[in-house]
Amino acid sequence: MDNILSIVTFIPALAALILVVFLRGEDEAAQRNAKYVALFATTVTFLVSLGIYFEFDPAETGFQFVEQSQWLLGLQYKMGVDGISVLFVMLTTFIMPLTILASWDVRTRVKEYMVAFLLLETLMLGVFMALDLVLFYLFFEAGLIPMFLIIGIWGGKNRIYASFKFFLYTFLGSVLMLVAMVAMFADAGTTDIEVLMTHQFAFENFDVLGIHVVGGLQTLMFLAFFASFAVKMPMWPVHTWLPDAHVQAPTAGSVVLAAILLKMGGYGFLRFSLPMFPVGAEVMAPVVLWMSAIAIVYTSLVALVQDDMKKLIAYSSVAHMGFVTMGIFAANQQGVDGAIFQMISHGFISAALFLIVGVIYDRMHTRDIEAYGGLVVRMPAYALVFMFFTMGNVGLPGTSGFVGEFLTLMGALQVNTWVAAVATSGVIFSACYALWLYRRVVFGDLIKESLKTITDMTARERFIFAPLVAMTLLLGVYPSLVTDIIGPSTTALISNFDTSVAAADAANQHASN
Amino acid sequence: METIILFAPLVGSLICGFGWKLIGETAAMWVATGLLFLSALLSWAVFVNFDGVTEQIQVLRFIESGSLATDWSIRLDRLTAIMLIVITTVSSLVHLYSFGYMDKDPQWKEGEVYKPRFFAYLSFFTFAMLALVTADNLVQMFFGWEGVGVASYLLIGFYYRKPSANAAAIKAFVVNRVGDFGFALGIFTIFFLVDSINFDDVFAAAPSLAETQLTFLWGEWNAANLIAILLFIGAMGKSAQLLLHTWLPDAMEGPTPVSALIHAATMVTAGVFLVCRMSPLMEFAPQAMAFVTVLGATTAFFAATVGLVQTDIKRVIAYSTCSQLGYMFVAAGVGMYSAAMFHLLTHAFFKALLFLGAGSVIHAMHHEQDMTNYGNLRKKIPYTYWAMMIGTLAITGVGIPLTHFGFAGFLSKDAIIESAWAGGSGYGFWLLVVAAAMTSFYSWRLIFLTFYGQARGDKHTHEHAHESPMVMLIPLGVLSLGAVFSGMIWYNSFFGHADQVGEFYGIPVAEAAAHDDHASDAQGHADDDHASEAKDHGASEAAAEHHYVFAGKPGEGALYFGEDNHVLDDAHAAPVWVKVSPFIAMLGGLAMAIWFYILNPSLPGRLAENQRPLYLFLKNKWYFDELYDVIFVRPVVGLGKMLWKRGDGNVIDGFLNGVALGIVPFFTRLAGRAQSGFIFTYAFWMVLGIAALVTWMTIGGGAH
Repeated sequence: MDNILSIVTFIPALAALILVVFLRGEDEAAQRNAKYVALFATTVTFLVSLGIYFEFDPAETGFQFVEQSQWLLGLQYKMGVDGISVLFVMLTTFIMPLTILASWDVRTRVKEYMVAFLLLETLMLGVFMALDLVLFYLFFEAGLIPMFLIIGIWGGKNRIYASFKFFLYTFLGSVLMLVAMVAMFADAGTTDIEVLMTHQFAFENFDVLGIHVVGGLQTLMFLAFFASFAVKMPMWPVHTWLPDAHVQAPTAGSVVLAAILLKMGGYGFLRFSLPMFPVGAEVMAPVVLWMSAIAIVYTSLVALVQDDMKKLIAYSSVAHMGFVTMGIFAANQQGVDGAIFQMISHGFISAALFLIVGVIYDRMHTRDIEAYGGLVVRMPAYALVFMFFTMGNVGLPGTSGFVGEFLTLMGALQVNTWVAAVATSGVIFSACYALWLYRRVVFGDLIKESLKTITDMTARERFIFAPLVAMTLLLGVYPSLVTDIIGPSTTALISNFDTSVAAADAANQHASN
Repeated sequence: METIILFAPLVGSLICGFGWKLIGETAAMWVATGLLFLSALLSWAVFVNFDGVTEQIQVLRFIESGSLATDWSIRLDRLTAIMLIVITTVSSLVHLYSFGYMDKDPQWKEGEVYKPRFFAYLSFFTFAMLALVTADNLVQMFFGWEGVGVASYLLIGFYYRKPSANAAAIKAFVVNRVGDFGFALGIFTIFFLVDSINFDDVFAAAPSLAETQLTFLWGEWNAANLIAILLFIGAMGKSAQLLLHTWLPDAMEGPTPVSALIHAATMVTAGVFLVCRMSPLMEFAPQAMAFVTVLGATTAFFAATVGLVQTDIKRVIAYSTCSQLGYMFVAAGVGMYSAAMFHLLTHAFFKALLFLGAGSVIHAMHHEQDMTNYGNLRKKIPYTYWAMMIGTLAITGVGIPLTHFGFAGFLSKDAIIESAWAGGSGYGFWLLVVAAAMTSFYSWRLIFLTFYGQARGDKHTHEHAHESPMVMLIPLGVLSLGAVFSGMIWYNSFFGHADQVGEFYGIPVAEAAAHDDHASDAQGHADDDHASEAKDHGASEAAAEHHYVFAGKPGEGALYFGEDNHVLDDAHAAPVWVKVSPFIAMLGGLAMAIWFYILNPSLPGRLAENQRPLYLFLKNKWYFDELYDVIFVRPVVGLGKMLWKRGDGNVIDGFLNGVALGIVPFFTRLAGRAQSGFIFTYAFWMVLGIAALVTWMTIGGGAH
């Protein structure tokens, strides 16, 4: 299959189109059909995408399955995956059927709901595969819209505020990126990402408005992209949209947001910032490392005092993304491997945690931690799953959560011991907030009247968690499943980065002599 | 065979935890227990047949990234073999014991199934602990390290309805994480400098680490010392050493078999194991070693003082454990790792015995744990009484001075105290001797309060006090054997002459023709006083029988003794007063206990009244919990609240919403209309349009 990337990308869109065109009515049957179509489409997408996984050759560090064709207005359509992006593609196709399953009880505007998720899947896949700037930007920005709708239509009480906050933060971040993209096109004369990755942007220091810019154009471009990706991650201090968005989003929306959408930021750093603006990245790396370390401690502390379960997990997500940015900007093998691993692992664990909140939210319609307590008495299976992912969240060795944290910290220590020490203290705080949450919700005696009749997880719910448990455990015990695939690409990325930085240093030195 | 030892408990745990619904509760518990006995049996076979040559078995690849390459694997050397028998023996006995102890637990409601869960946790713990001791790299060790932490957390909080149990469980996990913070940084630093975290590579690099300077946080450090201290911070957490000890007494919230297995015999000794395992590195880190010694001695002393006044039977033993672990660290700190391991082994037997004995008392007394409500129980529960007696004789160190004939603790504890003296740590030596007196006092106090004097407390409970069933008494019997004989059997292997110890651990030894020269070399890494002391005592008494010295390189054999490490010989050559001092201390403690609790039972109350501040200071464990609450817990929570409300709320959102996003309210107003569906429909079609366009262009528009 030569077009496997396009096929995978557009199956969900096609299914969305079918729903829009052919499905009429709001009755029970129509709702059921919408759900089955969505489930079927996402499952097929996943199955087809397995072809990418198995055909992928890790030893080849360039792009694979490349499709290229002329498009409208002289633009080109170009898709491809390498070791860095292929697992994000797999993560997306893996998570989506589960989110559809988790949405089985949605009652309002089911068709539109499913259409939004299907489109979202296409757009997310496109982001991870696009090899052309314009195409990338299109997917990246368009992805905002379905998410915006998901929060705005199917969200909680404060959904309007949250959806706009989400939209504006991420959108405004991207505007700067668009400017930088135009500048890149002007400089390099192409929008082909593969070509841009080998293009050397100017890095001679210069002065703008009286400010001396070390790293010159590269630093500016880096900052422009950074604005977009940092919001997306989200990094401290532009993270505050995330807790609001999570709290208001429906369960499945939170799952997609945490598991996949956040990863676009990290992916962006790896696809654009490090390879295209190595000098700029090198200049800014110390700042980013510190932002990451602060994020880890800061948001962990904030998570500690939350009363709302989703908010707590949202803050915990920000902390975990702190490890990702720290690893990426440590810019060494362990750091970057760890960052990618952390993103994949967080995809499973955070998805599971939001689903875990969803399970009891569906029963009690509150996310207030105070409203619970002693669930283990009536929900032993739930308690077990919750415990498992709590341990994943605190980075217990043997779960995938550990490997990412371990590698990123190991990478960071080689660059800056202070950053590593501050970030490592995050493992203490994560234990505090995660175990305390668990203790308040699950342990203790079940004395609240309202909980006396609560029921344990249904077969459908168990079925959703099973693959997530399996992946968390599998990657935790045998991380080579991931590192074998990303390793060679990461090595290439790092060595290009180092070469470029060294060359730039030499050139700048030469210039100043 | 080693693989079976390692995985049998895991299999048992899974079958028991998940399969009990299929095969029934009792069958599930027997499966777990049976598999552990299998594990124990094989461990003994391995231990007895072990020939000193380090063996490595690769199981599966683990974390790999660039030059980092680690495996799941089994490293079998003498250290591992010792730990294997300790862990599996105590664990299998505790499994057996739990059949009796956990039966009809009053904490649970009618019809609630809790036993398979308990057994599954126990077996899981055992697996994690085995993974820890069989590791051949630091990351697998860290896996076991945190794995036992989780098991400990789950078991401390086993009675999940009790708020105190939940709090204790979280405390244990979090305090251990503080230690793990240091451990993890240590691992990262090792990788940074050595480019590997496999033991063999780390050991080989140890000499060069001693020559390396490193900028770490605020200062310049000697790499070997820095790494050793970071790793030791991990050990402090796991082994409940001073500053990170506060979780251990609270951990007594867990069921008593758990206390015996995890919080006495095995998990808490992991820190000691770590220091011994890293002996090739430790030998090149003199400052770190001095730190270990001082901290261990201080802990031994501190915990003993607190143990003097506690009235909860389990807490007394918990503080005793904390104190005994301090002893082990002193031994390791002065470079006598073998003595540390010796005490680890004997302590596992007699402390597990004491805990299980205490459990038997508690069982007999309907879960009453306060010793002030005991008294005169020796007739009611005679077997338990004798078991506790043996445990007490062992822990207090009863034996015949100047011979190698005595209870287990007599041999191993004296070995440590002699080593402390020979290692040149006057501080360590004296504190340990004082602590030995206090150990004797509080241990006998426990016996006298429980088994002698008048019956106190609830009359009904006393009348119904009953001896425990056979499944509980058999483990007591087996452990009693260990408490009596283990010291005498293995004295020579752990603390005999260099050739015997060397053979045991697989360390090459060389003829010690030049022993006298060695002794008069500037030795003693801790301080200069030691060098002269050693010259006086050590060299002069270096009798002709000492023919051998250790001659291994770092990583050869299970332990490494540096070239200047003569603690073993010097300890054997210690003067008589040093050798008998722990014995005299023991007698002193015993005499005091008899005076206080047999002859003059009103004295303790009056003394507590007269010396109220001191009494309260000890009773409240030197106020560590209160102190930590004020300087850590509250500020952290306060900081969290402040960052949330002020940081996220006022500053970040205030700034971004107010300045950059002043438009949000505008959009929110607009959204009023949005809800009508107009904008959303519009947006929908927009997305759909984009998607359709791309689809059409790709599929229809002429790909390729």
